[in-house]
This record gives sequence, structure tokens and C-alpha cells, in this order.
Amino acid sequence: MTEEIIVAGFGGQGVLLAGKMLAVAAMRQGKHVSHIPSYGAEMRGGTANCSVVISDEEIASPTIEHPSVLIVLNEPSLKKFEKTMAPGGLLLVNTTLIKAKAEREDIKVVYQDFTDFAREAGSDKSANMAALGCLIKEKNFICSLEALINALDEAVSQRNRRFNTIN
Amino acid sequence: MEEKILMKGNDAMAEAAIIAGCSHYFGYPITPQNEVPAYFAKRLPQVGGTFLQAESELAAISMVMGASAGGARVMTSTSSPGMSLKQEGISYMAGAKLPCVIANIMRGGPGLGGIAGSQADYFQATRGGGNGDYQTIVLAPGNVQELADLTILAFDLADKYRIPVIILGDGYLGQMSEPLVLPKPSGKTFEKPWAITGAKDRDPQFIASMRLTPENALEQLNLELQETYRVIRENEVITECYQCDDADTVLVAYGTAARIANKAVIKLREQGINAGLLRPKTLWPFPSEILRKITNDKKKVLTVEMSAGQMHEDVLLACDDKNKVDFYGRLGGALPKVDEIIERVKSYE
Repeated sequence: MTEEIIVAGFGGQGVLLAGKMLAVAAMRQGKHVSHIPSYGAEMRGGTANCSVVISDEEIASPTIEHPSVLIVLNEPSLKKFEKTMAPGGLLLVNTTLIKAKAEREDIKVVYQDFTDFAREAGSDKSANMAALGCLIKEKNFICSLEALINALDEAVSQRNRRFNTIN
Repeated sequence: MEEKILMKGNDAMAEAAIIAGCSHYFGYPITPQNEVPAYFAKRLPQVGGTFLQAESELAAISMVMGASAGGARVMTSTSSPGMSLKQEGISYMAGAKLPCVIANIMRGGPGLGGIAGSQADYFQATRGGGNGDYQTIVLAPGNVQELADLTILAFDLADKYRIPVIILGDGYLGQMSEPLVLPKPSGKTFEKPWAITGAKDRDPQFIASMRLTPENALEQLNLELQETYRVIRENEVITECYQCDDADTVLVAYGTAARIANKAVIKLREQGINAGLLRPKTLWPFPSEILRKITNDKKKVLTVEMSAGQMHEDVLLACDDKNKVDFYGRLGGALPKVDEIIERVKSYE
């Protein structure tokens, strides 16, 4: 089994970190993983995305053309990536910031207010974590909640660990 | 099983270099390899080494030359436009028989180009790059583990043959994170009696690429270099074959393009089409003989590259029947598409 996941949003929403946590958590549970960030002149406010492949088998290519899972935290990301999704894929939409609906009918769409949810938990910057929680509930192949929580400690730099309780 | 850590390609390469005993790093920042100097800046002082950010690429490669002449294991890294600037120093080091490791984490060109990964510096890497009749060994890792492992090998090859060794990766490889088991040191040691270490209790030694006298000195140096290159061609080719035996079509690709080609091969096989992949891990020396043998009885050979067809020329040189060799490439930092490779291979049926 292989999942090809794209996490996309504004820079600063933590899409790269979310992708890295998925990769670390799945790796700790014995899966083959890869993670490629969209890199460049991105900063808080710009757009960013990352490609994460998680598989039972050795990963041929870490690049993704047709994601089986797409997490979009902002509207431009929905417009950019929805059309590339593999049929039967899973799309998670952050309804706090995205008013548009998905157009595809051959995919499963889950609408959740990740940013509002995270704000109530303590910080709207943790919308990425809310989305990950939602993802592994839908796709338990990827990793367990426990592995994901442990990955938080492994993937987050020392300086920023003070936020982990919120997450 | 050994502990795996999720590590970015650039970081993995820098850590592997330190494991290999690299004590000096000189570089000048450029995307997409900036993690390399950042990593060395943090780690080298911890192991008693020297990190220095030079004022330019030219200065950096000249510092590399100095450290190498002093006998140190030394490295620099850059990306495509920076690699062009380093060619003078690389040519001098080739002429002076100085070992060093140079990583080029390629981005799209020409000129300053873009920052997305590319493979458009193949000619520059495998044809010398600077002036003169020289070669550098060129290693082409395809994943993060291999990037680390080949970095260890790069230092050994450099010292063994007294030659600059280039690690030719692309921006995607430098930026991707994959599980890594930290490589072990090779355990090999290389005496460097030629190094400039202070002439106490011995005669002064001379390291230079300029040979004016005696009259035939420069030709003699060139003949020695060519003999070294002949030995390297015979002994240091590394390549990997994936499902080539029963393949009708063999794809030839390296680095990130090879990862994508590999996925295309798997998908083609699922559809009952026998494809295979030959992946050179050394681009110079190029696995010409292996390629010729493997492709002799195949119907088609398809080179897949993130360039306009640079390695493709070596594939053409290697194959006896040029008519069965085809090319598919994407330019300027774009990635080859699995779907497009599949479509091309199906068109041969």
C-alpha cells in the first residue's frame, strides 16, 4: 500500500512541518517514507506545499503527480491541487479559510474548520496539527496517533518545543 | 536494525563528509544547497575542523586548493552558477593532482536560471568543465542514503587517485528528506607524502599546475593524468540495473530522473509491458560497456533526463544501434512525468 500526500497552505501555516511529522511518524512504524518541500522564496504569507510518500514498499519516486491525499489549508492550494488528485483520493479542506467547495465528484472530501479548532485549543497556528489528527482518523494506514505525537518531539526543533502542549 | 533518522539530502551529505574525516569546508551560499554550509558551520567546530564562508566561489575553491595541498580532507559545495565560477580552481587542482570533493546540487540554467532542481550541468561535470585535458570523477546519487554513502566513497576516490571528485546531485535530492542510516567511515587511510607540510627535515616540495620546464614537462604531466584516467575507467564504474534482463525497453537515467523512471518501469510492468532501468551511479567514468552489452538485444533505449539530452550523448556513444535510442527530457527545473514516460514507451509497442 502506498499513500501519496500533498500538504499545502500559506507559508507559516506549518505545512512543511506537518509533512515532516507524518514522514517521521510513519518511519517510526516501519514504513518507507520520503518528504520533499516546495522550496524557494517562500515565507509566512506566501504559499507552500510538500510531497510526502508513505509506503509498505521501497519508494520509487518521491515526486507526486497525482496525490491520493490532499490537505489544503488555504484556498489557492485547493484551486491548484484538486484537479491533480488521483480518483478515489481523500481531500481535507480547512473550512475556516476556504469558503469554496471541491468540484471533483470522484474523490472523498472532508470539510473541517481546522484553524478555528486549533484556535480554541490555544493557537490558530496549530491548524496543521488539527489537520493531521483528522487525516490519521481517515487513513489509519499512515500512522497511529501515538506515533504522531511522538513525532512532534522528534520533528520540532528544541526552541519551538514550548508550543507542543498546545499541539 | 540500525537506527534510522529522517534527514535532508544536503544535511546527510555534510554529516557523511564529517564521518569521512573532512576537516575543512569552504563555500559560498547558493540555493538549493544552503543547508550544506549551514550544517558544516555548526558541526565542523565541534569536531575540531575549520568552516569558512568565503567572499566568493573563486575564493572558496582556492581555499580548498590550499587545504588540499596541505594534506587535509577538504570539501566545497555549490549549485550550478557557482559551479561555473569554481571551474578555474578545479582545473588547477586537476593539473596539480590535488584531491578534493566538490558537490554541485544542480539548479536550472543557463545563467542564474532558477532555483528548482535540474540536471543541466552534466556536460560541465563529465567533460572536465575548465580548461585543459582533464577529467573529474563524477558520482550521481539517487536517494539520501546513497548521497551519504557516495560522499564517503568520494573522499576515498579523491585521495586514492589524487583527483577532484564531483558529487552531482540535483536540487530535489538536496532538499528531500528520507530515512538514513548514518554511514560508517571506510577505514581506509591514504598517505600523502606529496603534501606541503613544512620542509623540516626534508627537501622542499612543489605543487603547481604550471609546467614550463623542461620542454616536455607538460606533456609528461598530461600523459600521467591520462594513465590515471584509464585506470579509473577500468576500475571505478558503478551502475545499477533494475529489471533489465527481460526488458524490451531499457530506460537510462540518473539521480531524481531515475527515481521517476523507476516508478514508470513499475507501472509499465503492472500493465504487462516489459521495461527496465539502467542507472549509472558514476557519470564519469560512464558505464558505456555495461550499457552496450545490456541494450544490444533490446528493442528500444530511452534516456530520461532533466536536461535537453546531455547524458543522452553518452548513451548514443555507447549503443551500437543508434536508431533504437530515444530521448525524453524536461528543462529548466521541470520534472519528468511518469505518465509521459509511460506514453512514450507504449508508443514503441
